[in-house]
Amino acid sequence: MTAPALEFSGLSKTFGGQQALRAVDLTVAAGEVHGLLGQNGSGKSTLIKILAGFHSPDPGATLRIAGQNVTLPLPPGGVRPFGVAFVHQHLGLIPPVTVLENLLLTRLSGRGGIARPWAINWARERSAARRLFERYGLDIDPNAPVARLSSVERALVAIVRAVEEIGAGHTRSGQGLLVLDEPTPFLPRIDVDRLFTLVRRVVANGASAIFVSHDVDEVLEITDRATVLRDGQVAGVMTTAGATRDTVVGMIVGRQLKPGASRPAATRGDPASVTITGLTGGHVRDISLSLRSGEVVGLTGLLGSGYEQVPYLVYGALQAQSGTLNLGSERMNLAALTPAAAIKAGLVLIPGDRPVAGGVGALPIVDNMTLPALASRFRPFLLRRRAMLASSRALGDRFGVVPNRPLLPLALLSGGNQQKVILAKWLQLSPKLILLDEPTQGVDVGARQTVYQAIRDAADAGACVLCASSDAEQLAEICDRVVVLGRGRIAAELTPPALSKHAITVCCYGLAA
Amino acid sequence: MTQNTAAAAKLVSSGKAASTHEPRFIDMAERYGLIVALAILVVVFSILRPETFFTWSNLSTILGSQAVLVVITLGLIVPLTANDFDVSIAYVMTLSAMMVALLNGQDGWPIGLAVLAALAMGIAVGAVNAFFITTFRIHSLVVTLGTGTFLHGLTLYVSDSMTISGISDGLMNWVIVDRLLGIPLEFYYALLLCILVWYVFEFTAIGRQMLFVGRGREVARLSGINTDRVRRGCLVVSSFMGALAGVLYAGTQGAADPVSGVSYLLPAFAAAFLGSTSITPGRFNAWGSAIAVYFLVVGITGLVFMGGSSFVQDMFYGGALVLAVTLSQLVRGREEQQF
Repeated sequence: MTAPALEFSGLSKTFGGQQALRAVDLTVAAGEVHGLLGQNGSGKSTLIKILAGFHSPDPGATLRIAGQNVTLPLPPGGVRPFGVAFVHQHLGLIPPVTVLENLLLTRLSGRGGIARPWAINWARERSAARRLFERYGLDIDPNAPVARLSSVERALVAIVRAVEEIGAGHTRSGQGLLVLDEPTPFLPRIDVDRLFTLVRRVVANGASAIFVSHDVDEVLEITDRATVLRDGQVAGVMTTAGATRDTVVGMIVGRQLKPGASRPAATRGDPASVTITGLTGGHVRDISLSLRSGEVVGLTGLLGSGYEQVPYLVYGALQAQSGTLNLGSERMNLAALTPAAAIKAGLVLIPGDRPVAGGVGALPIVDNMTLPALASRFRPFLLRRRAMLASSRALGDRFGVVPNRPLLPLALLSGGNQQKVILAKWLQLSPKLILLDEPTQGVDVGARQTVYQAIRDAADAGACVLCASSDAEQLAEICDRVVVLGRGRIAAELTPPALSKHAITVCCYGLAA
Repeated sequence: MTQNTAAAAKLVSSGKAASTHEPRFIDMAERYGLIVALAILVVVFSILRPETFFTWSNLSTILGSQAVLVVITLGLIVPLTANDFDVSIAYVMTLSAMMVALLNGQDGWPIGLAVLAALAMGIAVGAVNAFFITTFRIHSLVVTLGTGTFLHGLTLYVSDSMTISGISDGLMNWVIVDRLLGIPLEFYYALLLCILVWYVFEFTAIGRQMLFVGRGREVARLSGINTDRVRRGCLVVSSFMGALAGVLYAGTQGAADPVSGVSYLLPAFAAAFLGSTSITPGRFNAWGSAIAVYFLVVGITGLVFMGGSSFVQDMFYGGALVLAVTLSQLVRGREEQQF
């Protein structure tokens, strides 16, 4: 019997006291597609990063590739000579240059990767690329810029390139191993089929593959066996042919569950004060939502479901294709909304990417905080520095910013205190609809409660809150209702008593199809 | 910024978490270091060349004649604050001076009308720059390099590559001949403009918006600021101020030549970046820019008095630009500049 394509045993990884992986064993048999499943934080990506050489594992782990012992830790990219190639979610293609140049990219960068690097024979390389695509049944023009390919064609090119890399390296070991790290979340169903066809062809040629995904159905479809990680440990290894979706989801979230998730609950008596109708744009398709005054509604889903784009689409920061927003008596066309108009109508957005979109770290707290209120709170042609400082200090007190010193550059505060500044910046406008994206990303545990309390207070004062987050625990804690998206559409709605961290996670996976 | 400083001082003196604050001496040294350096430079050259450098006529000439450079530098820091470059500004200045000379000196237009035409040209060029930069998302450096070179050619064409003189005495009187406290009037124009730019940067909402557009464009956009409109406005203002500098230049010389204005470009950039290291360290600011202009000019004048020839000027300004940008980068704490 051939040696397994890859064998990790006793793999542990500790990050500052926190165990991300605990004695994990992973065996990928030769010639199989092996699924790797788990929630965010289960250790999937840590494992992949150890294999790619970005993290060093704790001592004691062993790795064998095609029967050969491999010394750990690996240097970055050190696994390549053993015939292991990666396709990450972001593919690593350069869009403006041609498919052919992208194919040669890794070879051009390495020594000895290409014959006569000072005089590349483009005609020969081109025909070689054509033959390569033909072999895999792909109709892709090597001369086309990658930017002109559809997203699935890009993924196919990236996979073919990775397979070629294996071809270059496999002299030292078996038939090679392809690691597909979340290649599908942004692809429509029909394109996923094309991608799977390619993966099957690759495996039929003798290679093996690891398929990392959130999507239970895809894993059941493409893999022969799968390993499920939960909290850094192996929760189970199974032969996919004999597994059902419920057993897999149960393994991922940690407990056997009853099939079927709760359906949208009947709305209560209060009239809706904010209504979003037919929102389409980005990855989001035809979403309608109603929020009552004082209600905190969560939005979540798996990677690629589009939930994180909803706040930006509603705010006009991402241009929607269609949709309307009713706010009290006002009616707005979301396809034409700008952030300025949104603010004027009583919307605010607290973005997730704080250093880029939330505030300017190099500028003082006072300037960051007062920015949206300059015209309304102060005289725009005679700003009084003292009034701005006083206002900023008062807001700092109210939101518990520590240290509350308005002249300090924002970047000198901790993540949690920066977020309080951003909350103060927006909540001082007494908004009617508060849009949040990952409100506690990079916020320490202590400051989280302050952030939650600020959100709760704003809701109690009559605002509607729409909060996009990938953190099920957080959503269960702060939301009155959670809407789960799948493939751009509303897939389920959870209300108490069905609303719990567990139920949210199950809903995300259970409805990933 | 004085209020800012006062407030900072008050905060520190009140003892409120003063422990994490930088030592005040370093703050002050950073803020006023350039003024001290300028003073030292004046003293050194005065000791070395008391009979030529340290004379009232020389100093008042420096103050007056460099007003043109101050105006250009003030024009530059407007788009620079919004993180856009305007390298066409010196060419706008040259064309503006040439228009005044041609329309007034040669064609006999009333001087007021000629000046208005030159200023209108400045606004038009700014609008063209802004159109290409914000509509097609082209880097401002590329667009203004192109339009600037185009204007340079245009200036050579309309002037037949000749120096045009005959500008009415009225303009010269208003710019350089008439004096207040012994200093030509144009110095006071530059001073007024400096106060205006300082006021806009420090005390208006639009000044804050420009700052955020330059330092965090996405933050500004999500804060409801129309970033394109702010950038367009800044570019039009800088071209307008370039044209204004051209009018002053024409008044200073009483004539216009098609090439010499170009030599103002590099010193203006050097002064803008050097100025951003003082007064309000880390930001382009009006007073810092004005002081930086005089620092550079005193340096170059002193070197010439010491016997340096014209190549010294290029070496000095070129070196000063790189040093000034390096310094401003250090002051900003090596925050990435999005050139």
